[in-house]
Amino acid sequence: MAPPRHRDRGFSRRIQYGLFFGYVAAGMGVVAGLALVLIARFDPVAFEGIRGLALDATTPFSAATRPIVRGGSSVAGDIGDYFNAASENRTLRAQLAVARRELIQARVLAFENARLKRTLKLVGDQTQPIAAARIVGSNLSGTRRFATLAAGGADGVAPGQPVRAADGLVGRIAEVGMHASRIVLLTDGGSAVPLRVVRTGEAALGEGRGEGAMEIHSTVVGGPGFRRGDLLVTSGVGGVYPADMPVAVVTGTSGEIATARPLAEPAKLDFALVLPQAPVPPPVAPPAGRKR
Amino acid sequence: MAIIESDLLGRPSPLRLQALPVATTLLGSCVNLLPFISTAPVLPPFGLLVALGWRLLRPELWAAWVALPLGLADDLITGTAPGSAMTLWTIAFLGIDMVDARPMWRDYWLDWWIATIAILFCSFGQWAFGYFVAGGGALWPIIPPTILAIFCFPPIARLCAALDRWRLAK
Repeated sequence: MAPPRHRDRGFSRRIQYGLFFGYVAAGMGVVAGLALVLIARFDPVAFEGIRGLALDATTPFSAATRPIVRGGSSVAGDIGDYFNAASENRTLRAQLAVARRELIQARVLAFENARLKRTLKLVGDQTQPIAAARIVGSNLSGTRRFATLAAGGADGVAPGQPVRAADGLVGRIAEVGMHASRIVLLTDGGSAVPLRVVRTGEAALGEGRGEGAMEIHSTVVGGPGFRRGDLLVTSGVGGVYPADMPVAVVTGTSGEIATARPLAEPAKLDFALVLPQAPVPPPVAPPAGRKR
Repeated sequence: MAIIESDLLGRPSPLRLQALPVATTLLGSCVNLLPFISTAPVLPPFGLLVALGWRLLRPELWAAWVALPLGLADDLITGTAPGSAMTLWTIAFLGIDMVDARPMWRDYWLDWWIATIAILFCSFGQWAFGYFVAGGGALWPIIPPTILAIFCFPPIARLCAALDRWRLAK
């Protein structure tokens, strides 16, 4: 095939100028695009209005088709359950007996805990959720890991608020529309959560890697380290996330760094709760007398 | 539907001629809205693929600046930092214009090569912008969807060609 001749300028001044101004516009657009990215880097809440509007406009599509997809994906599991009913029944009965005993134990402990807190006059950190809503979609391509929640500014949701499901922490609100908002999942590359290992009480930091897992760094030098199966909860350090919320389970370790799987699996989530942001402690004052 | 039908002389309406490529590109971006929830990137960037399909099929259809609004729409629909796809798509379109300016033989394979380079540039560019804006994130999770995107391009180009036949039909 011969080369296309559509960009042949010919002798028409009009066409030549048209092409030239097209390229000028494209070049200026590239510069403007880079400026937008820079603004997004240094002022993450810029363009919130237009991004929220786009979110509101696109969410109904995901929300309307979500039940169909959920129904379809659970059919295979339902058929399998039917054949394994007898053995599964036995296993579940055994598990239920164990769980019942542990539940009674936990109730006793919860009562004792409340009593001890009362005697110590600790201020309770019981917070009421701001909104409960359905998770309707997520980023299927691209490098960021977002999920879309069907609640927005009209329900009191604001950027920065933590989101949890029954199983544990899901993430943090990134941007808000009127009736929809975007959650930065724990596995997103931009997510970092201060954690505590339940077994040892060691402080750690959980960072997303852009795929299905989190990377856990110990913040203590020479600490006891991580072990497979360790439960990680939020430490509440630095505000934002309330303390003692289950987050992830360690699935593998290599030296000081561990990989963990979030407990609240976004793919299986139905509803999520938006919690008020834990108060952020005021920044530490710079040392007095320091010359700038 | 009257507005997209042909007039009495059998010419397709200008709306159909201009709007169909834009609408299909936006639909490609909207594939991302399918209500599946995943913790890793699983789908190729369909918006980019459809835009490249139209661009390589009909070089005279769009000036390079058309990639600006299309990329911005993709950014807003997929929730990436506004400006990232806008910049990358426009640079890719300018690059394709530069290739078009060279008098050389063009065929199906060369178009696929050009699309491959554009897809690689946009995927890794998106990753770099994501890294710059939000920090963190490993590189390897984007490699499978990028390879998938390269192999998805020929069918998407075919789809664009089929739509183009309807677009220009009397």
